[in-house]
Amino acid sequence: MSKVLNDRKYADSHEWVKLEGDIATIGISDYAQHALGNIVYVDMPEVGDEVNQGDDFGAVESVKAASDLISPISGEVVEVNEELVDKPELINEDAFNNWIIKVKVSDPAELDKLMDAEAYKKLCEA
Amino acid sequence: MSHKYMPHSEEDIKIMLEKVGVTSIDDLYSDVPSDVILKKEYDIPSCMSEIELRKHFKELADKNTQLVVFGGQGAYDHYSPSVIPHLLSRSEFYTAYTPYQPEISQGTLQYIFEYQSMITELTGMEATNASMYDGATAAAETMFMMVASSRKKNRVLISGTVSDHVRKVVETYTKFHGVDLTVIPEKDGVTDLDALFNELEKGDVAGAMLPTPNKYGIIEDFTGVADKIHAAKGFFAIYADPSSLAVLKTPAEWGADVACGDGQTLGMPLSFGGPYLGFISCNKGMLRKMPGRVVGATKDIDGKRGFVLTLQAREQHIRREKATSNICSNQSLMALYATIYLSLLGDKGLKEVNKLSCDGAHYLYDKLLATGKFHPVFDKPFLKEFVVKTDLDMKKVNAYLLDNGIMGGVILGDGKVEFAVTEKRTKEEIDKLVNLMLEV
Amino acid sequence: MKNYDKIIFELSQPGRKGYSLPKDNYDTDGLKDIPSDLLREKDAELPEVSELDVVRHYTNLSNKNFGVDTGFYPLGSCTMKYNPKINEELCALPEFTSLHPLQDEESVQGALELYYNLQQMLSELAGLKEFTLNPYAGAHGELTGLMVMKKYHEARGDHKRTKVIVPDSAHGTNPASAMVAGLEVVEVKSKPNGSIDVEDLKPLLDDTVAGIMMTNPNTLGMFETEITEIAKLVHEAGGLLYYDGANLNPLLGKVRPGDMGFDIMHINLHKTFSTPHGGGGPGSGPVGVAEHLVKHLPNPRVVKDEKGKFHITSDNENALGNISAFLGNFGVMMRAYAYILTLGKENIKNVGPLATLNANYIKENLKDDYLLPIEGVCKHEFVFDGLKDKSTEVTTLNVAKRLLDYGFHAPTIYFPLLFHESMMIEPTETESKDTLDQFIEVMHTIAKEAKENPELVKNAPNNTIVRKLDETTAAKNPILTFKALKENEA
Repeated sequence: MSKVLNDRKYADSHEWVKLEGDIATIGISDYAQHALGNIVYVDMPEVGDEVNQGDDFGAVESVKAASDLISPISGEVVEVNEELVDKPELINEDAFNNWIIKVKVSDPAELDKLMDAEAYKKLCEA
Repeated sequence: MSHKYMPHSEEDIKIMLEKVGVTSIDDLYSDVPSDVILKKEYDIPSCMSEIELRKHFKELADKNTQLVVFGGQGAYDHYSPSVIPHLLSRSEFYTAYTPYQPEISQGTLQYIFEYQSMITELTGMEATNASMYDGATAAAETMFMMVASSRKKNRVLISGTVSDHVRKVVETYTKFHGVDLTVIPEKDGVTDLDALFNELEKGDVAGAMLPTPNKYGIIEDFTGVADKIHAAKGFFAIYADPSSLAVLKTPAEWGADVACGDGQTLGMPLSFGGPYLGFISCNKGMLRKMPGRVVGATKDIDGKRGFVLTLQAREQHIRREKATSNICSNQSLMALYATIYLSLLGDKGLKEVNKLSCDGAHYLYDKLLATGKFHPVFDKPFLKEFVVKTDLDMKKVNAYLLDNGIMGGVILGDGKVEFAVTEKRTKEEIDKLVNLMLEV
Repeated sequence: MKNYDKIIFELSQPGRKGYSLPKDNYDTDGLKDIPSDLLREKDAELPEVSELDVVRHYTNLSNKNFGVDTGFYPLGSCTMKYNPKINEELCALPEFTSLHPLQDEESVQGALELYYNLQQMLSELAGLKEFTLNPYAGAHGELTGLMVMKKYHEARGDHKRTKVIVPDSAHGTNPASAMVAGLEVVEVKSKPNGSIDVEDLKPLLDDTVAGIMMTNPNTLGMFETEITEIAKLVHEAGGLLYYDGANLNPLLGKVRPGDMGFDIMHINLHKTFSTPHGGGGPGSGPVGVAEHLVKHLPNPRVVKDEKGKFHITSDNENALGNISAFLGNFGVMMRAYAYILTLGKENIKNVGPLATLNANYIKENLKDDYLLPIEGVCKHEFVFDGLKDKSTEVTTLNVAKRLLDYGFHAPTIYFPLLFHESMMIEPTETESKDTLDQFIEVMHTIAKEAKENPELVKNAPNNTIVRKLDETTAAKNPILTFKALKENEA
């Protein structure tokens, strides 16, 4: 049974987002890392890139699968998790602590379109 | 129904049909709408026995002429050691499938690893893929690779001195894929660097491709080019003849980010244009955007060294329309060809090949000028291929050479002719070539 | 040599050599004319080995390989048929291998005649007007074919047709080729039997559709019985039909793609026409088209004049452009040509039916132990969804690896994506009933082992020269050269 944290919101493509001030931290869920298996590479955008809700901003690769990263929110990338460049397996170890990008949010209202923990739990169980 | 390639006896067919639960083979196609079922016999020749087939091929073969080759333009008559076809004819190599099951494909995987290592040594880069179809398609895919690596840019530059055979394919690929391609003009037989730098200044350049040696055989000087391209945040690609890289400054030494080219010069038979092989080498930063297969070293669960296809998540069978390329094969057997060739020759042998070719080419060049009928076009350094100008009717000259078993220079128009000399050519053949040309 | 484990670089000894070249008797020193700053600074580190070193090394490597000559490949969608020996002999004739691609036409009439004849034969077998043999492989053929499709619409000024419909069950190359050709992929769902759902297709067919890519039989080995209806709908909507020739083998002798309404197709000569896979290539992917598309085929083309002379033309302005430096993988074409002539019209018509019989025979013999999701007569291949008994937790991957222990190649696994445990089996017509019976017996044995000793199957392969390899570390920290390997080991 994969973990779901209550302090953040979720997209149906299995990304989580946590908003603090106008900075959103984005990663993939524990369920997603389980489904992918051993992650070998994370393709990330560059600081300064614009991301749009629903558009892909990178990808996570395991040995025989690849999954696009879909941005749960729109804004400008202000930080990428450089640690993942050499240690992509950190996501397998703890998907909720090892975020992928931080975004300066352009429209916080977009968050309302996302699922809360309860709804996401149901999606994973379905 | 029996044929040497179809081992079914009447009895076999009977038993098999029974097991399947149908009464005739036609019943296996009962779901096919009758209006699309083929109702006629194919209009192709009758079957041939091996004796007849050999005879037919002999007749076709007799309509070809084996020539002493002085033409180049991307295909060169280099020497191919006897060992290679013998080893390539081992059916464990040539009847094998793509090495998706590594446990029973270590032979293929290891030679590809060796191939990657050797090409990487020649280009001086950090990694090489398992090979592409040919140099032209490798160049086209290198353009896409630079666009993908640049993320936001969609314009690439190619020097007008890259071989026309390569440039035309790059034009087709970029046109269809929707990448802007600008051809940088040539000046005195080499890339017009001022024009290149101007294009860079216009901005939005993902990468630029320059050749060594170029389509006239000239070894271009790329001093300062890498810095300019990198300052414009673009990638620098060099289209190179891998054989020549034993002696010529390598793409890595020029500061290139990616190298590509055609491996035919590594002893592969001319074969009327194929199969050859294309290569792409790059530095680690571009690795994930490189198209095609890649083999990596690893260990098995007992700690034993082994090889596997790796970085597969870039490829079409996983990424589908988001893959870096649609390539789904490599020129594996030709990569084995190159690997055995480079093992036999080594660095010293390859240098000797270059020296012999270069000396022969310079001998021919001097001899042609000495006749007074041929004149220099470019005063630039060359290796095994060069261009001269003449007032002779080269069409007539080449026809006369053909009658004498020689493929003369390739006519470029404007009185320009290009000759190539490899280590297979002798002084006597060169003397004969020049004498025959003067006889016309 | 048993347990041979050297890399060629590890045999290297300074001063050894494996070549002989003529003495340099030119009195010029060409390299001296080249300024030193255009020359290589640091030598390439290539092996220094003797000729016998090389021969033994690669002979030993060949022993680590499995090929069609070693044993049976039940490899779905790959058509691993026998690679006739006579073809290898004929394609090595020096009168062909020594030809320079730019030699005068007069001196290559035999090569051009072969090329032309093969174009004609493929056109007849496919029921299409003309073929180009330039594409180097199946995927390259797909790309070329889609470029023809795009060019056709553009030439008519119909610029909004930018979408290609691809079934979700299609080979991965289909959507990837469309992407490279600059076309947008629209997926159409398959029905449970893998067939295209005509009702789902209809709403997609608007004036932005350039065409549809299909293979028939589909990836589950089932014939698309509604193909004529689909062709009609697509044509009425102004689109073209592209046939992925990967599954052509079962149709030989029975159905021609052109007669089903396809406008463009590629053929994998290394599948249907017996040329060797070569451990991944070289292949050849000729592209055939209907009459209205001939003018868009890529340059150069080989044509025959009224006097029976053959010519290479490169000046067709309506052509899509060039997709290869010269005329494609000529050496591969020679083999396919020899194969077609060896079979001739009398025997080639049995290829499809016997391939289909072989597939159905395996299917019927194994469906008690393996889960057959789609009942009914298949064509050249079929798909099991893993073992029937799921309680053992033995996966398709485990079964595939256990087959290696028994000296068989694995089937195609985890494709198509329609099932979780796909196992796709294609025997080809060149395999005898005896070989199929042996395979069937081993598959039954594995099913039994899965029940009685599941760990044995899960740990497979057990007796191959290397066992399960660590692919995760290989992908995370790629070691792609000997130099990198040494650095990593240090």
